[in-house]
Amino acid sequence: MNLHEYQTREILRRHGIPVPPDQVASTPEEAESAAAAIGGEVVIKAQVHAGGRGKAGGVKLANSPVGAREAAEQILGMQIKGLPVNKVLVAPAADITNEMYLGFILDRANKTVTLMASAAGGVDIEEVAERTPEKIVRAQADPVIGFQPYQARDVAYELGLSGRHVRQFADIAMRLYDVFLENDASLLEINPLAIVASGDLQALDAKMVVDDNSLFRHPELAAMEDHTQLAPSEVEAARAGITFIKLDGDIGCMVNGAGLAMATMDTVKLYGGEPANFLDIGGGASAEQVTAALNIILADPKVRAVLINIFGGITRCDVVARGILEGLSAVERRVPMVVRLVGTNEEEGRRILEGAQLPTASSLSEAAERVVRIARGEETPAPTPGA
Amino acid sequence: MSILVSGDTRLLVQGITGREGQFHTAQMVEYGTRVVAGVTPGGAGREVAGVPVYNTVREAVESTGANTSIVYVPAPFAPDAVYEAAASGIGLIVVITERIPALDELNMYEYVRRKGSRMIGPNCPGLTTPGEAKVGIIPGNIHKRGPVGIVSRSGTLTYEAVAALTARGIGQSTVVGIGGDPIVGTSFLEVLEMFERDPETEAVVLIGEIGGEAEEEAAGYIGEMSKPVVGFIAGRTAPPGRRMGHAGAIISGGRGTAEEKVRALEAAGASVARSPSEIAELAERALSRR
Repeated sequence: MNLHEYQTREILRRHGIPVPPDQVASTPEEAESAAAAIGGEVVIKAQVHAGGRGKAGGVKLANSPVGAREAAEQILGMQIKGLPVNKVLVAPAADITNEMYLGFILDRANKTVTLMASAAGGVDIEEVAERTPEKIVRAQADPVIGFQPYQARDVAYELGLSGRHVRQFADIAMRLYDVFLENDASLLEINPLAIVASGDLQALDAKMVVDDNSLFRHPELAAMEDHTQLAPSEVEAARAGITFIKLDGDIGCMVNGAGLAMATMDTVKLYGGEPANFLDIGGGASAEQVTAALNIILADPKVRAVLINIFGGITRCDVVARGILEGLSAVERRVPMVVRLVGTNEEEGRRILEGAQLPTASSLSEAAERVVRIARGEETPAPTPGA
Repeated sequence: MSILVSGDTRLLVQGITGREGQFHTAQMVEYGTRVVAGVTPGGAGREVAGVPVYNTVREAVESTGANTSIVYVPAPFAPDAVYEAAASGIGLIVVITERIPALDELNMYEYVRRKGSRMIGPNCPGLTTPGEAKVGIIPGNIHKRGPVGIVSRSGTLTYEAVAALTARGIGQSTVVGIGGDPIVGTSFLEVLEMFERDPETEAVVLIGEIGGEAEEEAAGYIGEMSKPVVGFIAGRTAPPGRRMGHAGAIISGGRGTAEEKVRALEAAGASVARSPSEIAELAERALSRR
């Protein structure tokens, strides 16, 4: 789960990390009064879960409260990479002398939490990692004693800092590490961590990604999720216990299991089709879930055909087949479907579906090939039952 | 021979009285797995599918000589169950539980290693040595005993590969699901090393997916192996930056793509299937060349 910049700034501030004061505004008028309260030159920043907001025009400077209102008018209601901007952050414009990057990540390869820092801040750290990996300094937390201040000082010296900047950097790094652990983050970064005109270090932008699996012990973080930053279909799917990710193609996919769902999309593509979505219906595949999944898939007007691929293991195919029929009778829109149902009780499942004249396939390749032909109009499928 | 589980496995089920625990215990017993004990705090004196239940892992180990445990305990309590198993001298801990926080998984990984035990998973379907022991949730009826070892990050996609092999008359030595989370107890590389040493295994199928570098790490070893490896990587059509169901299946910062992994496996001499249907075909060819 992603937090917005304003939410992350507030958390960092509570932990004693120097973050300039700011206010959040949902309307141009609020931005105007925020700028008046802050005083001087301000920066107005779109709060959106998309990278590259600066390039997209989502960050503007203003010299006056009226200027702030005008900037907010332009930014609020923008779409950045398809996501709506409903809030802006208003903060004092900083006089920056130096920009660095400081972050902690969940390090899969080394199985620990790792600090990443770079003297080249303010830019996309992934680009730095790609182009000039030697400019990134790393330090791993020991699994028993955790990240230690000496490691933070080492990194500070490697970044070329000296004097009080070393002390400030180490202090911020240690606090950031605590925030990471306390909030079950998988990524937490300050970018830029800037040396400002006063000569002090300040966190001018911050980003946190929280481990979704930890939300049961962080109700306060779960409540901070901004549902406007997710596709409505994805929110609806999550409510039904289904994992759904919308893509651009025209062949809807309903599958049990994440790996098999990906492999199904890949096979559709291999036969020249374009998957419309990733959908993992989970272990149960009950009638309610099948109905919810069909509704979500068919809500996309681009979908021209649907491939249902279920490998019944513990799940019994006859139960799934009945779920599919029940689901079909509950949805309104009709598109052609190909069903592949294998595993436990597959003969019975297939009989149920064939009785309802639903086209079935025995192998994934056959199913994928057929659904692609149907979506292209090269094969006329039998009418879907219930139509 | 086989790897990790066999007829010598004496299995303990943690969380045996829960819905999942009861159901899968019955399935494992029916398969012929030697399930010797279950643990549920406060559950002592009960029986599930004829298996006696104990309050603590230590008691269960002392009374039954359990050497392997399987964990069906819900995510908030699963780390504690794993620590208890490792502290009680269980050598192999298989964690089926999904949605465990990654920071807990780091601690589980570290503690289990320090105790000299091995963890498989979390968020995995478990493992099966056909005809001897089913430790997990992989349907028993799809297997046939034979020369192919399977290691996979996925669940149903593994069943798919196993069923396809069996349909072609190709059996399996051991099938291992290592789990789909970013942090897992046992890596592809470690399982490949075990298959390389196992005299029964003649070829290995490795089923990976986008995210992380575990497949690339495995590729570094495949070049040194004497046995042929058939690979499959799910997620060629996955968009970057999105978590594809499994917590670990995400392309981040342009890394962890299917293309990179396929290239690494092929460069190491593995033959890589383009679709799940092709896996069995390539495995058959790999066996016939030996």
